[in-house]
Amino acid sequence: MIDFGFGLSRSSSVKLDEVDLGLYHKLEALEPGVRVCMSCGSCTSTCTAGPWSGMSVRKLILNLQRGKDVEKMLSCCMLCGKCTMVCPRGINTRHLILSLCRIYGKKQ
Amino acid sequence: MKERFAIGFDPFVLPFLVGMVFVLGYCLFGLFRILWQLPREDRRKFLLSLITPATALKNIWDIFCNCLLHVKLWKRNKMLGFMHSSIAFGWFMLILLGHLEVFIYCPERVHLFYYPIFFNYFVANNESTIGGAVLFFLMDFFLLLVLSGIALAMIKRVRSRLFGMRRTTRPSMLDRIGLYSLWAIFPLRLLAESFTAHISGGSFLTIPANWVFRQFLGNDLNLLPTWWAYSIALGIFMVVLPFTRYMHIPAEMMLIPMRNAGLRIRHPRKGFAKMQVLSCPGCGVCIDACPMSVQKVNIKDCTVYLNRQIRRGNEKRIEEISDKCLLCGKCEAVCQVGVEGPKMRVAQRSVRRYGLTPDFAAIDTAPLVQAAAAQVSKAAAGPKVLYFSGCMTRLTPSIGKAVTSLLGKAGVEFTWMDREEGLCCGRPLLTAGRIDAALALIRKNQEIILGSGASVLLVSCPICYKIFTERYSLPGVRVVNYADFFAELLEQGRLKLEKSDICYVYHDPCELGRGCGIYETPRKLIGQAAGIAEAEKNRAESICCGGSLGSLTLDFAHREVMTRKALDNLYGSRADAIATACPLCLSTFRRYSDRPVRDLAEVLDASTVSSFQP
Repeated sequence: MIDFGFGLSRSSSVKLDEVDLGLYHKLEALEPGVRVCMSCGSCTSTCTAGPWSGMSVRKLILNLQRGKDVEKMLSCCMLCGKCTMVCPRGINTRHLILSLCRIYGKKQ
Repeated sequence: MKERFAIGFDPFVLPFLVGMVFVLGYCLFGLFRILWQLPREDRRKFLLSLITPATALKNIWDIFCNCLLHVKLWKRNKMLGFMHSSIAFGWFMLILLGHLEVFIYCPERVHLFYYPIFFNYFVANNESTIGGAVLFFLMDFFLLLVLSGIALAMIKRVRSRLFGMRRTTRPSMLDRIGLYSLWAIFPLRLLAESFTAHISGGSFLTIPANWVFRQFLGNDLNLLPTWWAYSIALGIFMVVLPFTRYMHIPAEMMLIPMRNAGLRIRHPRKGFAKMQVLSCPGCGVCIDACPMSVQKVNIKDCTVYLNRQIRRGNEKRIEEISDKCLLCGKCEAVCQVGVEGPKMRVAQRSVRRYGLTPDFAAIDTAPLVQAAAAQVSKAAAGPKVLYFSGCMTRLTPSIGKAVTSLLGKAGVEFTWMDREEGLCCGRPLLTAGRIDAALALIRKNQEIILGSGASVLLVSCPICYKIFTERYSLPGVRVVNYADFFAELLEQGRLKLEKSDICYVYHDPCELGRGCGIYETPRKLIGQAAGIAEAEKNRAESICCGGSLGSLTLDFAHREVMTRKALDNLYGSRADAIATACPLCLSTFRRYSDRPVRDLAEVLDASTVSSFQP
């Protein structure tokens, strides 16, 4: 989309050719479950940390797929595991978060 | 009574001597290394406990009961108990009596390691003296005891089911060498002593054997080879001992004093943890106990294999095993030597490096403190109760509803701390090994609880209850589990129950039972509110529901099999419904159970007849 420079809101388009999906692909290798997320938001609605920090596993995965920063959300997770228990796709979200914390910021 | 050889030496003792010196040197070196690895205050505590008379006596008693008599094993399985205690105690008595003989008959040889072991070769005695007869009889008796144990061990290797064990560990190559040399030692000793019995004397076992052998082997030429074979078997056993599971024999003798000194695991591979790894006899009792072992693919993730992989230094497998475990604690409950499998795994998880650490500094607790304090201060006289339901209860709101209903009926004024929003108690972070983050959450919760001015913290979730009692510092606040609290209300007559017709089977949640040691109170309460049945595996051996947050990697398909296995155990009691006392067990069982699953509070609430009138 052409940016004419006088829009009311900033363009939120994502150019997938330009974003860095390195983190997402690394996570995919460690926790393949990340691929089957259908963004239903069950995890968001049960999240203990949500009200405090806007943590949401759904948003976290979407942000990763768009190459956006996830550090703030991640750093508030309390690992309580409710998102894992309600996930209709059976994604091990706790393992997903732990794996992400592990590879975060590591260059390879 | 005379010595046969003035020199008191024969080359056949060399294999034994080499093995003995090696194993002693290895164990002493290992012991010093482990002591060195202990943190300074732990080392001090341990060394002090050795010279404190009370703990020193307890150490000796525990070592005698557990290492020699295997009392714990007897209680669990008579056959295994006899097998192990006959070998251990019999062998110990053979060594002790051997030394006694040397002390009595040739005290000048006392400094020679091998003399008590090969006494019958070096010294000719006569069973006609009373001392000789008694000693020889005892020696033969204990040899027979050991041989009976060895015979049982051989049968067990072929058919372990006869001993009530469904699965045992697969011994490694070195384990096999150790095993076969151990089996060989005592029959060879019998042979050697029998061949020598007409010279050195013997008793009811060795003398008849000597007659038989001399019928067709009329000379003494086979006398030395059997002593050589006996010595070589001993030598091989002792040389391979440090690298096999038989290392548990010396290691357990040091583990018991360390445990009695009150040491804790602080590093997954060093110090106390290392001692536990070495003390694992590889018996495999934990395999049948582990809830994961219902599936063959998970068998190699039991504690016995964790210990084996740690000894081999297989880092990849150690990580896998540590992450998979549900931390239900059953392996620890059944372990004969007291290896703390769950704690070792948590320690292993805690040394992992993460690129990102949780940061809860941004969470502002002030509004929560104010809200709680405002409500607590409104409460009338009496204990100011703060109810913490825990975040898991949000998935099973019926628990919170039942607890508040019961409290209302009993006329207890209370404040629900996390009714709208709350923080996690920190236990999930702790079990994931992220200890600093867990401590940060604990501090936040402490601020809220202490700031509210409550005097009683009522907890309905056993996962939270465990960490509240173990890690929180809440001066002036009594932390109480809801089962205990309701039992008190019943005693005070503030709640009245009427027995319903439903029969419940009570499932012990891991965290409440093995974790906090609360087994009887929930049963008593359910027994007053309804009928109660027992499952086959209950109390300390209750089977994990499979929903535990302890596991980091186990997926739903695997968990489902475990849940169904745990449910089968509960169905076996033929009860109408299942009762439990943990929100996690409740939601896990509800997913697959074919009969109603209720929480303790729901069971009580349904049977409460009268409400409290002040």
